[in-house]
Amino acid sequence: MNKIVSKEYFSANVVKLEVEAPLIAKARKAGHFVIVRVAEKGERIPLTIASSDVEKGTITLVVQKIGVSSQKLTSLNVGDEIADVVGPLGKATHIENFGTVICAGGGVGVAPLLPIVEAMKKAGNKVITVLAARTKDLVILEDQMRKYSDEVVIMTDDGSYGKQGRVTDGIEEIIKREKVDMCVTIGPAIMMKFVSLLTKKYELPTVASLNTIMVDGTGMCGACRITVGGQTKFVCVDGPEFDAHQVDFDEMLMRLGAYREQEQEAMAKLNA
Amino acid sequence: MAENIIDNSRGAEWREELRKKLPVKERTQQERVQMNELEPSYRARCREEVNQGLTEAQALVEASRCMDCPNPTCMQGCPVGINIPGFIKNIERGEFLEAAKVLKQTSALPAVCGRVCPQEKQCESKCTYVKMKKPAVAIGYLERFAADYERNSGKAEKPTPAKSNGVKVAVVGSGPAGLSFAGDMAKKGYQVTVFEALHEIGGVLKYGIPEFRLPNAIVDFEIDNLRALGVNFVKDCIVGKTITIAELEKEGFKGVFVASGAGLPRFMGVKGENLIGIMSSNEYLTRVNLMDASNPETDTPVLAGKKVAVIGGGNTAMDSVRTALRLGAERAMIIYRRGEDEMPARLEEVHHAKAEGVEFLTLHNPIEYIGDEKGRVVKMRVQKMELGEPDASGRRSPVAIEGAIEEFDVDEVIVSIGVSPNPIVPNSVDGLAVSKKGTIEVGENMQSNIPTIFAGGDIVRGGATVILAMGDGRKAAAEMDAYLNK
Repeated sequence: MNKIVSKEYFSANVVKLEVEAPLIAKARKAGHFVIVRVAEKGERIPLTIASSDVEKGTITLVVQKIGVSSQKLTSLNVGDEIADVVGPLGKATHIENFGTVICAGGGVGVAPLLPIVEAMKKAGNKVITVLAARTKDLVILEDQMRKYSDEVVIMTDDGSYGKQGRVTDGIEEIIKREKVDMCVTIGPAIMMKFVSLLTKKYELPTVASLNTIMVDGTGMCGACRITVGGQTKFVCVDGPEFDAHQVDFDEMLMRLGAYREQEQEAMAKLNA
Repeated sequence: MAENIIDNSRGAEWREELRKKLPVKERTQQERVQMNELEPSYRARCREEVNQGLTEAQALVEASRCMDCPNPTCMQGCPVGINIPGFIKNIERGEFLEAAKVLKQTSALPAVCGRVCPQEKQCESKCTYVKMKKPAVAIGYLERFAADYERNSGKAEKPTPAKSNGVKVAVVGSGPAGLSFAGDMAKKGYQVTVFEALHEIGGVLKYGIPEFRLPNAIVDFEIDNLRALGVNFVKDCIVGKTITIAELEKEGFKGVFVASGAGLPRFMGVKGENLIGIMSSNEYLTRVNLMDASNPETDTPVLAGKKVAVIGGGNTAMDSVRTALRLGAERAMIIYRRGEDEMPARLEEVHHAKAEGVEFLTLHNPIEYIGDEKGRVVKMRVQKMELGEPDASGRRSPVAIEGAIEEFDVDEVIVSIGVSPNPIVPNSVDGLAVSKKGTIEVGENMQSNIPTIFAGGDIVRGGATVILAMGDGRKAAAEMDAYLNK
């Protein structure tokens, strides 16, 4: 069950894992996520599905080493089994022919953006993809993105590849240049906050895919709750995608820090 | 069917002799047994089970209080129809294993029911002693005694699979409703597969009810018995997401019993409720019970607050507040907007909580939470209430006392004011009749408007007890069996 069939390093801290999960591979759509428990005594963490292969019965997860569980997960090798993988969870991305769509991804958020880029293209959209990273080595999935994008704009903080600047600089340039009908963004919460602030200014409808703390992932615990348009929503069942302009990103950023001290202690212990 | 069992067993020679052995008058003059409990100050700081069970000597005396009534009204109070005098009289004659066997005829989880059923509202409330203005026979304690005796004896007969009828049925959810359905259907010869969304089998018995009230080892024992009966369990599989009911039917499942339980926790919507440190009882209990988060060996974190407020007055609120004590809270409070008489929690749980040092702030209602610069809750404001006229629930409704607002320090708040049904299955089946509240609509026979789909437990009731869920499971098993044999 849940055997790792391939493993590839995108960078020192970002790993692509292809995992046997035939039922999930068959049922999943763009935007869905899974809950993973690496081993006995492990915690349950949400990870968005980057792609799947129905014939091989596998799903692909792209994992960034940031905490105890992601470090344990990325240290597994081909042939190892993950204790639990359950899904697909959440609502699938709403795909239709909007016209021109900007897909903006940052960091490891680029991975779950890939199936959305593909689906948007297949639905007949003109897709302009903006990939952002700190530096050249951290730009991932560029070739796959080019396959389904009419244009790919790469932004690096240090200017080592593509254009120098933030994801928002890349988006703004496109908005100023041509008519855009929709924006989809996935990345660190702080990045999505600024993308949302920018597109709100231009009244460009924007969807953000949120990654919050979860326990069960099936709507039972409420750990993932956020405020959208003044109402409490659960990311796991109402999302993970929401109208970015309605999301209270500051509250979400605050809630992401709920266990920061415990996480830091656990990381220190793991790496001691 | 139940009547026949009683007639037969009550008429047995040994039962008649037993009745003659001790005159009714002597039986009724005995005091009701007291449950042996761990000392409150000790138990409030550890996870050991609070109730320690009865000794053999205590069980023998308590069983002899039962008068073996010709019309055992106690059974009318049992949702799964346990042959109550049948098992109690076996205890009285010292045949404890036989008593356990009687329990297992109708209950898939006797050691669980003996611990968590609200017997005082069910079987024991119908006991003849109550009509005589005396305390009822301690049916729940005796049930637990017999089930524990069997488990600890090592002589428990492993159940063997019944002769297969070759018909496959699926169960969605491995909580009490699903397990009880699975047990009954397996005994009838069905090939039963139970699908569970989480990584552990047992549903609320595992993620919800704490170790100090229901040890996991006991739940696992009962689940192993179901495995021995031939029940197949599939974890990490969400029916409606991983696989649909339509796909199950294609795979040859002739009937599906949906027992997917409670879902979304309710919040009050008061200001500051999304601050760090405020969570649902589902989240808190799942972290501690299912994920074992208070154990330093596990990766799941949990907040161990020093000043913990639990909002609500039900059993889950009591479980949460008592868990907070065990995680080291210096002050653990129940905040409840009505009075103590209106609390839905079992009396035993309220008594236990009080003995352990929980403070009860009844007639208090949260109106605001205040956080520090990091967004962590540090204070709460409560509105004091008084009781007004009875409301739709028949309980006196709480009314705010104008201007009576208090503020105090808290560093963790557990919101335990109920849950809505799990929406995954209702949303995934086209045409399934669902109520406004999101519960699956079923008839008297637990059948939904789609004839092959039956449902029971919290997905139908919205929020009830383990034993009512088990009763639904039993009923659905009988009805589905009848339907499939039509």
